[in-house]
Amino acid sequence: MSGLVLRELRLAAAGGAALLPLVFFLLVATLFPFAVGPDGPLLARTGGGALWMAALLAALLPVDRLVEPDRAAGVLDQLAVRGIGEESVALAKLAGHWLSFGPPLMVAAVPAAALMKLPPDVLLRLELGLLAGTPGLAALTLGVAALTAGLRRGGALAGLLMLPLAVPLLVFGAGLVGRGNEAGALQLLAAASLLLVAGAPFAAGAAIRAGRD
Amino acid sequence: MKPLLRLDAVTGRRGGRILFEGLDLALGPGEALVVTGPNGAGKSSLLRIAAGLLRPAAGRVEASDAALADEHDALDERRPLGDALAFWARLDGVSAVPGMEAMGIAHLAGVPVRMLSTGQRKRAALARVLACNAPLWLLDEPGNGLDADGRERLEKGMAAHRIKGGAILAATHQPLALPDAGAVTLG
Repeated sequence: MSGLVLRELRLAAAGGAALLPLVFFLLVATLFPFAVGPDGPLLARTGGGALWMAALLAALLPVDRLVEPDRAAGVLDQLAVRGIGEESVALAKLAGHWLSFGPPLMVAAVPAAALMKLPPDVLLRLELGLLAGTPGLAALTLGVAALTAGLRRGGALAGLLMLPLAVPLLVFGAGLVGRGNEAGALQLLAAASLLLVAGAPFAAGAAIRAGRD
Repeated sequence: MKPLLRLDAVTGRRGGRILFEGLDLALGPGEALVVTGPNGAGKSSLLRIAAGLLRPAAGRVEASDAALADEHDALDERRPLGDALAFWARLDGVSAVPGMEAMGIAHLAGVPVRMLSTGQRKRAALARVLACNAPLWLLDEPGNGLDADGRERLEKGMAAHRIKGGAILAATHQPLALPDAGAVTLG
């Protein structure tokens, strides 16, 4: 199992694949002030939501490299022949993917928040929200990657599948940044994330099996 | 003696089309079976059913631990060949080196997989089978892309595997030296 997680991390590091979502996230944070103007209070009010939107779209980027290359190369078949269940493979992929996506995104959120002129207490809530929410985002990415593996134009379909499912994470995440935790947004965000993390390995495992027929 | 692979009245279906019906076969220790048939007859599907990757449309499959070599080499393109094979060897609880030596690719250990030729990839996929301890080998066109030396090494490996009590189910178009092997013709 740890060997599989390590392999995922190596694949993420190979060729800077894990950097792509981070660069995208920072690029959005850089461009957003150009779009709405350099009005400090306005940026601080809308910046948190914009960063959550950027995180969501950044999570979509690795969708075509998570499952499809392993399916096409026969790696998933070789693992199955060795009696390693598809759910275990999916869980290892989820762990490896989150490690290469969640913590780096939380680091990138610091300069991004500075670009948005977010005050320190808002940055803290953004970081807390990302800590709770990125596992859910990673789980969604994995599930959708497994569902669309082997399809032509899978990437475009993946966006259509994933973005509606990410609405709870976006609502609670942006709500936590904007209004604080008065309505229990952090707990709801964590609950939605947990649900996705718990369900994704089974959904992805079933999708990998179904993809063989 | 308990067979290493047993198919009882197995029906193979792909995309709603019946490929073969009511197929019975049994493979005991030291035995080998060669599956032949025209393209699309279901040779690869039969191997995938035996490997547990495809469910048969009907019938029962009993198989011991198997090693599969098909048209996919399942090696990470960016890694050196030695490391890519070592990943699988660790999962199998063996060393990758004897298999690489047996297939004559030990000198390629430091070369990234993406630089390898078709024949070298085939040798690598077979080296993974040779190295592991699975008693049942499922080989899909094992001779494809191999030169005379590669085929000779493969035949030597298969003979050694059968002497150790292993069994081989091979689908092939090419003549392959498998003494006393049974034959299954599909289609």
